[in-house]
Amino acid sequence: MAKRERLSGNEAVAYGLKQINPDVFPAFPITPSTEIPQYYAAYIANGEVDTEFIPVESEHSSMSAAIGAEAAGARSLTATSSCGLALMWEELYVAASNRLPVLLTLVNRALSGPININADHSDSMGARDSGWLQIYAENNQEVYDNLIQAYRIAEHADVRLPIMICQDGFITSHAVENIMLLDDADVKKFVGEYEPEHYLLKKDEPMAVGPYSVSNYYMEAKRAQAQAMYNAKKVIMDVADEFYQISGRRYGFFESYCLDDAEIAIVIIGSAAGTAKDAVDILRNEGIKAGILKIRVFRPFPGEEIAAALKNVKALAIMDRADSFSNQGGPLAAEVGAALFRAKSDIKSVSYVYGLGGRDITVENFIDLYKDLENTDAHGSSDDLPYRYLGVRS
Amino acid sequence: MKINLDHLTEKCAWTDLTEGMQMYAPGTSAHFKTGEWSTIKPHYIIDKCRQCLLCVPTCPDSAIPVKNYKRQPFDLDHCKGCGICAKVCPFGAIEMKEGE
Repeated sequence: MAKRERLSGNEAVAYGLKQINPDVFPAFPITPSTEIPQYYAAYIANGEVDTEFIPVESEHSSMSAAIGAEAAGARSLTATSSCGLALMWEELYVAASNRLPVLLTLVNRALSGPININADHSDSMGARDSGWLQIYAENNQEVYDNLIQAYRIAEHADVRLPIMICQDGFITSHAVENIMLLDDADVKKFVGEYEPEHYLLKKDEPMAVGPYSVSNYYMEAKRAQAQAMYNAKKVIMDVADEFYQISGRRYGFFESYCLDDAEIAIVIIGSAAGTAKDAVDILRNEGIKAGILKIRVFRPFPGEEIAAALKNVKALAIMDRADSFSNQGGPLAAEVGAALFRAKSDIKSVSYVYGLGGRDITVENFIDLYKDLENTDAHGSSDDLPYRYLGVRS
Repeated sequence: MKINLDHLTEKCAWTDLTEGMQMYAPGTSAHFKTGEWSTIKPHYIIDKCRQCLLCVPTCPDSAIPVKNYKRQPFDLDHCKGCGICAKVCPFGAIEMKEGE
């Protein structure tokens, strides 16, 4: 029986992990993700799970230990935020290229500097080309649901890639919300046991993980890795369909909110989408056809599907909670822009950077933004302003 | 179970390589001749050697084979010429020299 609870995002992740009961969890604390290993350590101390918890001296070590455990044949994970993710940099690539389906429960936080502990996406967006699957959440329910689906996607024989389950620091990680939790037995059955074909501790099959591959082989290895990311698209949708069967909650690459007949729309990732929905509800009452495309899956990037979903939109704002200092806008703007170009779209689009370092974004901000988009549509004046900061003092 | 990896050559298509370039066989690093990296090599002076075997465990590359409790000539395919064995030898039976 599913049950209704009220949990913070970090509590929801720890609870979901308890239901999964993975084998090895090395971790090093960093705000705002610290609570995940902290709550989980209590489950271990209480004998509710039999996970091997490894306290390590840094995030470089936590990811290294998770990779080693995964290569040995154990279902492993770690948790981190911000600078902790930055310290894992080399290992992120090692996990992906060695095709080890490690789970990382990431709580998004701004990267230094100036040093800041609040939410933005500069940590995970920096890792967008590391070869990890990346799935984002708007609220606590979504991060829990994404977590339950994570190992099924990552460990699938056609994928075998590490996966980041992301949520916004403090906004969802520490805020307590209503949540529907699945039954323990349903989660266990859904996630299943981890049974890799090859692993270091397999008796009678000595093997090497991560051998040196010179110029004669490296490109072939990368091409195979790219195929795994491509294959992940189908697997993500299949797993989402199965998840719907046990939860009644439907997921895809993204959520379309009032998008079908929308003339003005935004593309956005994470918790701010909830605020934007309130703005859209108000605008719809005024007869303004506003909509939202909320990205759930950023890696693999569902470019064709996004372009198709936006084909009737006249003016678009692409919302990045991270700047890539490219003079072109943030990473989401670059990728959505590329997808629209490939689809030969003539949609007018504006790229916004918002909410850096936990800067609040309000319903009023979104209403103003949509009204500005309406004018952009009417006057076609967005082209000379492709890149804007929203909510910055001037 | 040992998987036959003979097909893994430089002519192999990307679809035929193992996942993550993993090698499902033991001792495959021996195929990689790291001895080519060195500029100096140890020379084994067999007459001075008392077979104390102190050199063997100090070698970082396991490039000093042992057979019947006696050390054998250097495995120069894997010796990188670090010279630790020459330092540790109490009898001057190993000399480091440039070239082969």
